Amino acid sequence: MENPYVPYPVRIDDIEVATEDKSLKTFTFVFQNPADEEKFAYKAGQFAELSIPGVGEIPIGIASSPVEKGFVKFTVFRTGMVTTHLHNMKKGDIMGIRGPLGNWYPWEKLENKNVVIIGGGFAFTTLRSSIVYMLDPANRSRFKNIDVVYGARSPGMLLYREELFDWEKRDDINMHITVDGTDDPEWQYHTGFVPQVVEKNAPPADEDTYAIVCGPPIMIKFTQPALTKLGYQEHQIIMSLENRMKCGIGMCGRCNIGKELVCKDGPVFTLEQINQTPKEY
Amino acid sequence: MNFITIDKKDWTTGIDKSRETYQVFGPVQDENGCQIKPLAPDVHPLMDAGVTVMSPKSVLFPQTQKMLTATLDASIEDHHVMKPVKKDDTPRVVLGIRPYDARAILLVKLNFDNPDYQDPYWCEAYAATTFVGLGVNHPGPCDFSTSTGCGPFSEEGLDVLMADLDDRYLAKILTEKGETWAGACGFDTRADAAESQSLFDILRKEAEKNITSVDTDQLSEKSILDLYEAPFWDDVAFSCINCGTCTFVCPTCWCFDIQDETKHKTAVRFRNWDTCMSPLFTHHASGHNPRGSKVQRVRQRFMHKLKYFVDKYDQGIMCVGCGRCVASCPVNIDIREVCTIMNNYESK
Repeated sequence: MENPYVPYPVRIDDIEVATEDKSLKTFTFVFQNPADEEKFAYKAGQFAELSIPGVGEIPIGIASSPVEKGFVKFTVFRTGMVTTHLHNMKKGDIMGIRGPLGNWYPWEKLENKNVVIIGGGFAFTTLRSSIVYMLDPANRSRFKNIDVVYGARSPGMLLYREELFDWEKRDDINMHITVDGTDDPEWQYHTGFVPQVVEKNAPPADEDTYAIVCGPPIMIKFTQPALTKLGYQEHQIIMSLENRMKCGIGMCGRCNIGKELVCKDGPVFTLEQINQTPKEY
Repeated sequence: MNFITIDKKDWTTGIDKSRETYQVFGPVQDENGCQIKPLAPDVHPLMDAGVTVMSPKSVLFPQTQKMLTATLDASIEDHHVMKPVKKDDTPRVVLGIRPYDARAILLVKLNFDNPDYQDPYWCEAYAATTFVGLGVNHPGPCDFSTSTGCGPFSEEGLDVLMADLDDRYLAKILTEKGETWAGACGFDTRADAAESQSLFDILRKEAEKNITSVDTDQLSEKSILDLYEAPFWDDVAFSCINCGTCTFVCPTCWCFDIQDETKHKTAVRFRNWDTCMSPLFTHHASGHNPRGSKVQRVRQRFMHKLKYFVDKYDQGIMCVGCGRCVASCPVNIDIREVCTIMNNYESK
């Protein structure tokens, strides 16, 4: 019988400090057994348990994209015991990854649709995975307009800055990068909170437009009315939730919102689904 | 269906004989009351025990269980690679399990053995186990098992159902596993099927007279959000001290925590029973807690058992009416009363 608790062994191939305050690092992992990479086939929006023997496991969204081969990437905020330990690990260290876990953004439904991606702070990891996936030459024609609203506290707190600025230069994606505030006179993008930038810059909804929203609770709370003003219906707003998790496979019982388990039935839900369930997230 | 009769004088000899094949579990008295535990070679089950303090869920789902291990010694090959620990899945038999606890195992199975994932620790232990049940002749005051799709002589989840007839047991063999166990014990005195079944029926009807009933018929009709937002939760939770006793004694509570420990150069990952009554159960690393208050946690427990589970699996409530939580609760919270409130609730 397959044991879903056994992680795939991986080696840390690269560690990058992701934000100016050093609270986030991006880890690149390579599978110790090449065959495990195939077993780990994932879709943008899924997560995995990063597993450090003797320390514990943490559920983290997959930041690399299914179109990127040979490695997997995770951007991790240092906040608890496992993440702190991980931040102190070095290139070459061996640990584990368990997954892929959960559902994904509804790529089949999004085909031939306009996609508006709205992210805030460090909840941009699976959104990065999604953007890279959609921009891949093999996939770009499957989607209509792509808009991205992404905001952070300051320019140095934006994740994946180089990629953001590269995307900004392309004509097949509309980037709306914003920061809460900056004293950088060279800053050439938006200033202001994500909900305001959404209200001013996101395309108004028609039946072929879907918004994917991922961010801190306060951003989500104020983005919803902005999207409603733009005409988005509940089923057109797609969100990725987070809850405390242990098993990641729907068995340990803690991450439920009503009868749905965030780890297995989610983490991706439409606002329509979320509105039918207790908001215990 | 085969019936056999077992003279009580032959019982211990038969059980001892079966030890060649089975690890034997059964009710025994210890410093914490009566429990179903693995029996030492010279110990025999206390078959006339009442409701055990803890349910027998630990036979398949130990309170603490090693799952994986790894060496952290970098000089050893495969260091930091977690591997499953060796398990003992040799045949085992649980003697004297009560019908409500056998049904509970089937409800827990829905969680650990589902189309998407199978928990190998639970599933392999389940496959190795034979359940020899004993009907409840004298239900306790908290027993409401007839209201939960079960009852004092329910056969669900059992391999053998026995009835205590003072000087002998009458045993109904329900599965091949049960047949094998009876063979291993040397119990082979056939009893007349029709006569035996009518004896079972008489005992069942007699026992059912002493069981209280609770209505659950309206629960599936209610809306989750109506029940969730109902005004009675503050009252229900008022006296709760979040001790978690109800969840630990419950045969259908399956929640667990996963923790790592390191000793010298060996890392072990194990799981422990957890409880939705604890604030830490849902506490995010950020400090945010979606069920940070007592009333939210109490509501979660009852909503899970009496509504979410009902809607998700269509197998009735996640409760078998054993009454342990009612008897053990230090502040007298009674699931029968909460169930009635929920079942009768009409939103305005």
